[in-house]
Amino acid sequence: MTGSDLIGIMILAAGLFAVGVFGVLARRGMLFQLVALEVALSGPALGFIAAGAYHADPEGQGMFILVLTLAAAEVAVGLALFLRLRRITGTDDSDAISGLKG
Amino acid sequence: MSSLLAIYAGGFALISAALSVTRPNAVHALLYLVVTLLALAVCFFALGAAFAAVLLIMIYAGAIVVLFVFVVMTLPISPEAITRERALLRRAWPLPLLMSVLIIAPFAFGEFGLTATGQPAPVSAQEVGRLLFGPWALAVELASLLLLAGLIGVRHIGRNDRSPRSGS
Repeated sequence: MTGSDLIGIMILAAGLFAVGVFGVLARRGMLFQLVALEVALSGPALGFIAAGAYHADPEGQGMFILVLTLAAAEVAVGLALFLRLRRITGTDDSDAISGLKG
Repeated sequence: MSSLLAIYAGGFALISAALSVTRPNAVHALLYLVVTLLALAVCFFALGAAFAAVLLIMIYAGAIVVLFVFVVMTLPISPEAITRERALLRRAWPLPLLMSVLIIAPFAFGEFGLTATGQPAPVSAQEVGRLLFGPWALAVELASLLLLAGLIGVRHIGRNDRSPRSGS
């Protein structure tokens, strides 16, 4: 693996993160935003793995496991909030609940 | 060869991720998310991170996507909702696209300054375990605390308010 290969994979990782950010910003349905957040989190995961493989260092995979834990907790809390808000407001539009007035 | 495969699979993941965040139908978005994760797993495998690839398939594509599928099953996917999503997306794409291009621009056009050739030594699961339970034990404990906080939070958010009032 050469340095240019690592650059290519880093560009792909940044692209994954950028696609996820695009989804979070452009979509209004909360479920779609959560899916886009998953895509956005997988970009840094790819970056960590690629850097760990380039330097033959296990710390890249260690960080990946921490990112995985974060993603699992984030999805659980996000989906619970989504179901709760949909039960209260009857809509899954994230703009409709921007007031937070209870 | 293997880094070529990694770049190919990563490009595949990027394309299916772009499809995933633009589908108006929730089920289609989830299926493209699964394709993204499987392609990423192939990419990790080609990079010599077999343990991470297996974890990605087991936890991301297994557990997390199943959570999404459970929620989608409670969601009414009507043609009206799909057309509404499509109209919303058509109105709101230019500014987010600009943001994404600004994010990726320094990576695509910047200088990384990497000239040395590293040896692509596969990192075994033993080394990862030795790292996680040796010098990184505190980080693992913090991660477990995060999962516990998430569990309690979800239990609190998802509780049913009506059952105490109805007396049952």
